[in-house]
Amino acid sequence: MGDVTKEQLLDFYKTMLTIRKFEDKAAELFAAGRLPGFVHLYSGEEAVATGVCASLTNKDYITSTHRGHGHLIAKGGQVDKMMAELFAKVTGYCKGRGGSMHIADVDLGILGANGIVGAGQPIAVGAAFANQYLKNDAVSVCFFGDAASNRGTFHEALNLASVWKLPVIFVCENNRFGISMNQKDHMNIVDVSQRAISYGIPGVTIDGNDVAAVYETAKDAISRARKGEGPSLIECKTWRHYGHFQGDAGLYKDAQEQEEWLKKDPILKLEEKLKVLKFAKDTELKEIQQQIQGQIDAAVEFAENSPEPSPEDVLADVYAP
Amino acid sequence: MTMALITYKEAVRQAMQEEMRRDENVFLLGEDVGVYGGAFGVSLGMVEEFGEERVRDTPISEGVIAGAAAGAAVTGLRPIAEIMFSDFITIAMDSLVNQAAKMRYMFGGKAKVPMVLRMPGGSGTGAAAQHSQSLEAWLVHVPGLKVVMPSTPYDVKGLLKTAIRDDNPVVFIETKTVYNKKGEVPEEDYVIPFGVADVKRVGRDVTVFATGVMVHRSLEAAEILAKEGIDVEVIDPRTLVPFDKETLVKSVIKTGKLIIVHEACKRGGFGGEVAAEVMESEAFDYLDAPIKRVAGKNNPIPYCMELEKSAVPQVDDIVNAVREIV
Ligand SMILES: Cc1ncc(C[n+]2csc(CCOP(=O)(O)OP(=O)(O)O)c2C)c(N)n1
Repeated sequence: MGDVTKEQLLDFYKTMLTIRKFEDKAAELFAAGRLPGFVHLYSGEEAVATGVCASLTNKDYITSTHRGHGHLIAKGGQVDKMMAELFAKVTGYCKGRGGSMHIADVDLGILGANGIVGAGQPIAVGAAFANQYLKNDAVSVCFFGDAASNRGTFHEALNLASVWKLPVIFVCENNRFGISMNQKDHMNIVDVSQRAISYGIPGVTIDGNDVAAVYETAKDAISRARKGEGPSLIECKTWRHYGHFQGDAGLYKDAQEQEEWLKKDPILKLEEKLKVLKFAKDTELKEIQQQIQGQIDAAVEFAENSPEPSPEDVLADVYAP
Repeated sequence: MTMALITYKEAVRQAMQEEMRRDENVFLLGEDVGVYGGAFGVSLGMVEEFGEERVRDTPISEGVIAGAAAGAAVTGLRPIAEIMFSDFITIAMDSLVNQAAKMRYMFGGKAKVPMVLRMPGGSGTGAAAQHSQSLEAWLVHVPGLKVVMPSTPYDVKGLLKTAIRDDNPVVFIETKTVYNKKGEVPEEDYVIPFGVADVKRVGRDVTVFATGVMVHRSLEAAEILAKEGIDVEVIDPRTLVPFDKETLVKSVIKTGKLIIVHEACKRGGFGGEVAAEVMESEAFDYLDAPIKRVAGKNNPIPYCMELEKSAVPQVDDIVNAVREIV
């Protein structure tokens, strides 16, 4: 773990904090009735997207989930366009057609958040096939939850990726729950990474709240994929701070466990590390926090002041010309 | 134009081969499409020419076949995916309907998904309820998909080339009982645009609108009826989405009578949609009789071949329907 530099750790911190503050704002706006649909918050899981995407470029692809804001920010999504999409404005990433669960930007390599659990896995496999076929050195990363690994598509995708030796990394964000269902009730194994064995690919379980650990593990898997050595499965143990979506009180969670996990907040952990290593002082961290809060507030302002999509355009883009 | 006499199956293969030679980003994936040539031998010999890199056998994984095709399409390739029987589309439905069909729209118009999902459809082989269905109406209902149903070697070749060059997900339903039927096909490169119906037989007394294998049965029926002095016009839409309403409306204005023939179950079938289109058009005032649908019965396709025949329209059913209406 020695080779994560001060600059990298500070970059991770900024990304993780941007995600956290974006989610805090989304929660507040949703509670105030200002956003349609629903929002699934990524708070508590920031280290996963941040650590993984740190080794990706715009040429690499990701597929995301219903809980996608963190993946998008870590992959280079702009918070103003994201916020505008949540507000269903024409300046949003999808011109107000997609919303929280469908934000995408193919140019940034973001093949979409997804409203269907387990749907990103085949798409990531297809993108990885395109990378292999075009010999462009790029990889694709598929983010998904513990409960999504019970879908048939997960098994179909890992198997095909394995037999075709595709450059794809499957990143399981194990936050222990599929909506209300505890992992122990929805699968009979403790580590999702064990499922890699059936497909003859490497599978590891790591602390998903330790951004440096996520970074190191993902970096290795990504570099193996780039070298043509095939897919990997990485399971990141983590915890979502809130309910399944904003508005769900999460009563099915054990209170004591919730408390313990809050102490393992990936952002707190990173702040401590930055201070222990003397990479940043409190005042410097405060400054970063203020700066990011400013960006989020500006994003909201941008979204609020953006025009609504026009009903005349409702049929546009159903088909490519 | 020099013409060659080839089978429907060969026409499909030629379309794929020619497009794969023209564009190296076109590739074929599916179950047993390599050395085995696919369940119906459509891709026989292709792996020898293009190699395993471009003619790819997949595991039995329809969800990932369609989903990976969508993923490869949105990232720059032009996949042709074969689903062994159109019945198995049920397993690929999420990848097709919730993903491929909607990506462009959901993403605000910033993606294109140029993929073709080829599949043999229809009954007539004694293969029973899970290998004989005609599910086109399910797919027609989904905005974002194009749906093609060619009936002849000429049409299938020209339309498959258009499908491969199209920037949208195209569901390409091949008429499996005519795979070995021969027809004239130009030796030169040609394409058939989507949304242009073909009048397979010109007539003045009654319009018969038919899809897939029913085009052939309607043409046979028309010959029988011609001997009775009834002149039948047979229209094959060739593509259901986009739909050529104009050709149909013109024909109905001329004949004043419309019979719609398809193999799929009548209930919720494409025929209802076609009838409604005509009712909403200027042809309504020209109708001299109620529109008639001759379609599959509302039951699963049975195994026993006599029963199977009674479940889907035969030539006699079409002949009788015409006699009743004129
Ligand atoms: C195919 C499908 N089934 C059910 C749902 C409803 N649903 C949305 S999120 C979710 C739980 C997903 O849990 P997991 O994959 O562990 O991800 P997490 O929410 O924990 O991030 C369910 C059941 C859905 N969107 N798609």
